[in-house]
Amino acid sequence: MPRAAKIPIRKNPILRTRQPTLPPASRSRVALGLTAAAARGRFELQVCRDCGAVQYPPREVCRDCLSHRLAWRQQDGRGELVTETTLRSAQELYFRERLPWRVGIVRLNAGVNVIAHLHERVGTAPCRVRVEVALDRAGQAALIAVPEQGRPHLSDDPRLREMTCDPRGRKILVTDGKSVVGQAIVRALAAAGAEVIWIGEAEPWKKVAGLEALRELPPATVVPLDVTDGKSVRELAGEIGAKVDILINTADHHSAFSIASRRGVETAQSEMDVNYLGLLRLAQEFAPLLKARAADEPANAIAWVNLLSIFALANYPPHGTYSASKAAAYSLSQALRAELRPAGVCVINLFPGPVDDEWDQLEMPPKLSPVSLASAVAEALKGSVEDVYPGDVAQDWLARHLDNPKALERELEEGAR
Amino acid sequence: MVAPAGYDDVVLAAPVTIPYVRYSIRSAHWFLGRALGGLIAAAKIPKARIDGLAVASFTLAPDTAVGLTQHLGLTVRWLDHVPMGGASGIVSIRRAARAVQSGDAEIVACIGGDTNHTDSFRRNTSVFSQFSQDAVYPYGSGGPNTSFAFLTAYYMRTYGAERKDFGKLCVAQRNNALKNPIALFKKRLTLDQYLDARLVADPLRLFDCVMPCAGAEGFLVMRRATAVEFGLRFARLLGAIERHNAFPDDPVQYRGGWAMDRDALYAQAAVGPDDIDFLETYDDYPVINVLQFEGLGFCKEGEGTAFIRANTFEADGSFPFNTSGGQLSVGQAGAAGGHLGITEAIRQLTGEAKGACVANARHGLVSGFGMINYDRGVCSGAAVLAAA
Repeated sequence: MPRAAKIPIRKNPILRTRQPTLPPASRSRVALGLTAAAARGRFELQVCRDCGAVQYPPREVCRDCLSHRLAWRQQDGRGELVTETTLRSAQELYFRERLPWRVGIVRLNAGVNVIAHLHERVGTAPCRVRVEVALDRAGQAALIAVPEQGRPHLSDDPRLREMTCDPRGRKILVTDGKSVVGQAIVRALAAAGAEVIWIGEAEPWKKVAGLEALRELPPATVVPLDVTDGKSVRELAGEIGAKVDILINTADHHSAFSIASRRGVETAQSEMDVNYLGLLRLAQEFAPLLKARAADEPANAIAWVNLLSIFALANYPPHGTYSASKAAAYSLSQALRAELRPAGVCVINLFPGPVDDEWDQLEMPPKLSPVSLASAVAEALKGSVEDVYPGDVAQDWLARHLDNPKALERELEEGAR
Repeated sequence: MVAPAGYDDVVLAAPVTIPYVRYSIRSAHWFLGRALGGLIAAAKIPKARIDGLAVASFTLAPDTAVGLTQHLGLTVRWLDHVPMGGASGIVSIRRAARAVQSGDAEIVACIGGDTNHTDSFRRNTSVFSQFSQDAVYPYGSGGPNTSFAFLTAYYMRTYGAERKDFGKLCVAQRNNALKNPIALFKKRLTLDQYLDARLVADPLRLFDCVMPCAGAEGFLVMRRATAVEFGLRFARLLGAIERHNAFPDDPVQYRGGWAMDRDALYAQAAVGPDDIDFLETYDDYPVINVLQFEGLGFCKEGEGTAFIRANTFEADGSFPFNTSGGQLSVGQAGAAGGHLGITEAIRQLTGEAKGACVANARHGLVSGFGMINYDRGVCSGAAVLAAA
């Protein structure tokens, strides 16, 4: 079924700008395991390693055999909606502003009850459903029941659309449109129905292939933006900052560079200037503007996307200084995420492995094509995730990192020899 | 299971209610302190003779029963804090009865009460339990309305109950409350008003939902000889049960712990459901009354609807029920709600009813239910009381 999310209408500028409210965000530490999986788009519940019992709500010991060996495992979410209600009153402002709100109890095939938000396509109880996970505006895992058959999108339900950052009808700034990846992302966003795409262009005297063609896309406008120049960032923020719904930072400086391969720090400085300080400059100018417009639904500021690298998780010695700059950007993105959280603006990080572009020329395949990476950006926005590891290499590194970060460090040393 | 020992000559006396108010600027200590003061005044017992204290409250934090002893200047040799909400009164009776039987205490004051500030209900609900904080409250933040809407919708669908059946109970309770001077609801409720009230959480409408307020209840537990010594009127404790986390595998709660323990209750009390002259249930939402009718053996499981249609529930009806008006018409003063039925039952059995009076009441059954920890109420209990 085609997705029919309405294009957001513009806000009447005479009306007061609404202040953001958030759903309840407090969770026990163990319950954050659900959020940790949801951040990667996975619905995981604790499963007892000793007796196999599935657990919910999250707990410290098995409800059956009392073992403390509980592991988070992916679930298919299938079950039956056994009872439901439509709330006409709510205690928290976030829900009060969005009534009526439909919730229900789903008995999962796995044998536990979950309380879930109900997608509007879910029939009346009792009926078969599938439980998915999303991140709510507070950044916490939210369980959502959808019909068992078909794959309705969260955006199809106007109340749940807020748990996505669907680019349809949005005004989006792509900070660097000169790179192959940046251009692919612009095309993906145009295809996804973005209303306006501003494309940042630094050093306009250096012509690159492809940028001229982008100017032909109806939503696209090329704007001057050099993330290494505070004045340039400030001027663009002054011009369009109060209109940007989604900022996608594609600015990236990449020089394959190990410590011993060059003298001096100039190349590393350039990497830091774009990859780390560039993000900081953008954040200082644009983040306050996004926060201010976070509640102007439906045409509100909703997301900030960073194009990081899987090398941010663990240093890849042949690209040692680049890895360090991406690690710095990753760290800063966590601070940005914390600062945007009270407004409900989500920060999405992408951690691709080697991309099939000139900088990763010497990397062995598989390499991620710029089109695939762009598609991952669009899908991340349409979905409800926080951390995306697109491609086989990124998935492989992530698995190794989650399993044993020290082992990954040793394995990556091999590449330095 | 080993049959529990009887309660011999344990009695309950001196029922005290600190009148309810919708909101208060006072703390829980104020209401609990007034309840204790009320007990001493009603029983004309020197404060120093009270050597046991059981306390139930949601809003006493950061204090517990411990802090309350010093706050109230009470020196006791037996102390219990009973965080079981709607089941707390019954549980306090059970604990206190064994204490006075064994001689660990002579006179135990059982008090339950809470304050209600304009925003305290939301604050308490948002951190009611770890499961609730993690897995309930973030889903619409409807509080108990959500939980009881789930139970009510399921019961109606499964057993064919209609809203007018629940309405019949609510209207009868209101009729009882109209005679109770301390009930917060003083206007007659018609079935049409009940049916047409604004929706709160489908299928619940306004008069299905208890109104939070501030207030306190209290009573004394002692041996019969002690009551006689002080010249107190009393009700005898014939039997009492409690159960926690019963039937955890039921997909939706359609029965409480009573179904597990009612045979033991009636065996201990040496009476049966037919001997009960009136019933005081825990009634924050009407569906839970029906679960108590069924669980306590007044009708079979799933037949609560027919039972409602076959009976009248005013104090002079065929099945006298929540004779004070219950929480739905008096108000829910937090943990006092778990004691309201007990003070009312003592009054009915000692001829001291403040309002509607059950004629010739010999046996009363009081039931408790509480603590929606996640998707169902965890605690249940009941006690059979008899006139002296």
